[in-house]
Amino acid sequence: MKTWKRTSAIAALAVMASATLAACGDAPDEKAEEKIDFLPCILSDAGGFDDKSFNQLSYEGVEDAAKELNAEFREFQSTNENDYDGALEGFVAEGCDMIVTVGFALAAATKKSAAANPEIEYVLIDDAADGGEDGATFDGQADEPNIKPLLYNTAEAAFLAGYAAADYTKTGTVGTYGGMPFPTVTIFMDGFKQGVDYYAKEKGKAVKVVGWEGNDKGVFTGGFDANEKATNTAKQILDQGADVILPVGGPIYQGALTAIDESGKDIALIGVDADFYDTDPNTQDVVFTSILKNMKISVYETVLAAGDGDFDASPYVGTLENDGVGIAEFHNFDSKISDTLADELASVRAGIIDGSIPVTSYLVQ
Amino acid sequence: MTGDDPLSKRREPDDEHPIVEAPGAAEVAPSHLPGEDDDLTPDEDVSVAAAAATPQSPFAGALRQIATGSTMVSLLSIVLAVVVGSIMILATDEDVRDSMGYIGSRPGDFFFYVREAITGAYGALFRGSVWNGEGTDFETRIRPLTETLKFSGPLILAGLGVGLAFRAGLFNIGGRGQMLLAGAAAGWVAISVDAPAAIHLPLAILAGAAAGALWAGLAGLLKARTGAHEVIVTIMLNYVGYYLVFYALSKQGWLQAPGSANPKSEAMPESAVLPNLLGDRFNLHWGFVGALVAVAFTWWLLNKSAMGFRFRAVGENPEAARASGINVGATYVYVMLIAGALVGLAGVNQVLGTAPSGVTVDLDAGIGFDAITVALLGRSRPLGILAAGLLFGALKAGSFTMSVSEGIPVEIVLVIQSLIVLFIAAPPLVRAIFRLPKEATA
Repeated sequence: MKTWKRTSAIAALAVMASATLAACGDAPDEKAEEKIDFLPCILSDAGGFDDKSFNQLSYEGVEDAAKELNAEFREFQSTNENDYDGALEGFVAEGCDMIVTVGFALAAATKKSAAANPEIEYVLIDDAADGGEDGATFDGQADEPNIKPLLYNTAEAAFLAGYAAADYTKTGTVGTYGGMPFPTVTIFMDGFKQGVDYYAKEKGKAVKVVGWEGNDKGVFTGGFDANEKATNTAKQILDQGADVILPVGGPIYQGALTAIDESGKDIALIGVDADFYDTDPNTQDVVFTSILKNMKISVYETVLAAGDGDFDASPYVGTLENDGVGIAEFHNFDSKISDTLADELASVRAGIIDGSIPVTSYLVQ
Repeated sequence: MTGDDPLSKRREPDDEHPIVEAPGAAEVAPSHLPGEDDDLTPDEDVSVAAAAATPQSPFAGALRQIATGSTMVSLLSIVLAVVVGSIMILATDEDVRDSMGYIGSRPGDFFFYVREAITGAYGALFRGSVWNGEGTDFETRIRPLTETLKFSGPLILAGLGVGLAFRAGLFNIGGRGQMLLAGAAAGWVAISVDAPAAIHLPLAILAGAAAGALWAGLAGLLKARTGAHEVIVTIMLNYVGYYLVFYALSKQGWLQAPGSANPKSEAMPESAVLPNLLGDRFNLHWGFVGALVAVAFTWWLLNKSAMGFRFRAVGENPEAARASGINVGATYVYVMLIAGALVGLAGVNQVLGTAPSGVTVDLDAGIGFDAITVALLGRSRPLGILAAGLLFGALKAGSFTMSVSEGIPVEIVLVIQSLIVLFIAAPPLVRAIFRLPKEATA
């Protein structure tokens, strides 16, 4: 034992010595901070807060709201699903007033924690928290009265992306594939196809969608990993002649990047959740547009309202109308799209908002 | 005292049984049977002789000492690990690092932040694992303790499985595979059998224990029949078990939830779920009580039963045990069967208790490996494993609060656990390698 004690003493001395070497700096001024008595907390899914997608956007929403409220906030990054329950317990023990959980994977754990802690306000992103982990049985109300679901009717935005893709395609074929057939995934594919079909009908131009047939039938990689399966799935779509591709499901778009690179053809990629042009500069040459979920704003506003004492548990559904969903700019493709496309998209957008152009999804039948 | 041990060199060529057998046989004489204190803990001389006499690796004596050494070393190891862990917490704390930069001009800041970081970290650990003083009602305040017990249950069960094998001289590293197989079997029975809870739950638990027993028993059988080393076999069976369960979970009609593309089974039906121990507000379920029963059973098995005596005799010196008429091969199989059943119950605890939302390949949650550290810290004694399991359960429960409250990564707990084992392992290991004389304190 003595040897070990000596070694740790030496280690401690080494730390102190390095301290004295660096100890010539000036002391900073005292800063006094007054924080309000409201503590929002956010729990990521296994993707982590640096996923350049929904975890990150939600985190930024909480961060900004906390700053605006002059409140502290707490965070926990899950590494796998075994962390969810423990992290929520940790939040409860920490005295969190509001807990934001990101992703449908956390729905079951959130519901359990919400039932046990009725005095805490919960915000669940991307799941209605209403019967079944898959969130497929949407009846508009969360199971627990203290959960506010934030949902995004991305079908509306994907409709616009589908319309634009149909206008842009030269081969007359556009494609999509998903990670797994979850409603939050297929809603993109479904809206995309509706947009393409609408364009084909309006313009009388034959445009085909591969990878999605509707009614939950489509091409899926079987997971949300950027692996060989994702690359092969993307290749399979491109082999059918698609020159616009929409991969839906976190990092599986990386497979499409590889497939596009290897094909040597001029293929356009459509991003999801965030504007890929900004979040992943590697995609700038190929990204046509991105279908946006405006999580940052909706999380920000929800947390802000709760901080002001106005928590409202009714579900939030992001639409084109309330800017909860949308599509990004065309960036490098601005010069390649037709001159009239921007105006046409504006009128389609208006049509979707006023209901004259119907878009169906699991959120709006 | 450097280089090869002259003792072993001298003895190996003429490895005659009678010389070694006399002390070995005396050591396992039935008159020594009762009482935990009167245990078969070897002293240095016997273990060196045993290591030299048996064809096993020269570290066998060291391994046994690591697994069954004194309580004092365990406690000192915990203290040392916490000290080193604290240094790491300080080294990664931003305020401490920043204030170190101007320690010359305002040293008070540095010591203030050091105190803040340490009290903050261990305060959060305590708040998340024992008593939450900030809670508004008693239920909220006591909740962390129930979480600790919830995390402890499977650690104790799996720790008993690993510790029991240790006592028979076997290193069971197959906790992960045994837990997965057991969890899958229990989940399968829970999903596919329709019965009232009084039959359904025991049936699912038994199925899980049986699957764990078979998976570990396979390693015992291979060791007994072919001499295949159980370390290699159990590690490899972890992978086989993992992919087997993964396959079953990815296949419709096997374990995968109908209509899903997720490698996950459907949720456990109510009639097969371990009921909550303290009502719906707490996550603690009857699995913890099961773990306590398993502690009592293992204590009885090791210290009061003839089979447990054979386990210990074989663990102490297989040659001597064989010479005195014990069927060593059969003992290996039996001990692995029981060890596997205990580890399997940890898997059952996860599937039917802690996470009844469905079987996944992550159900072991690292417990299969944590169990090795629990068994080592508990010195392979049932009551020691109970204490070690409670400690590690508390560390696990508190790690979430430490992370949430102080931004300390949950991995610090893993580091502290690993350091504990390192310190436990180091003294005898160092002595075994350098042939240092035994310290009086250890």
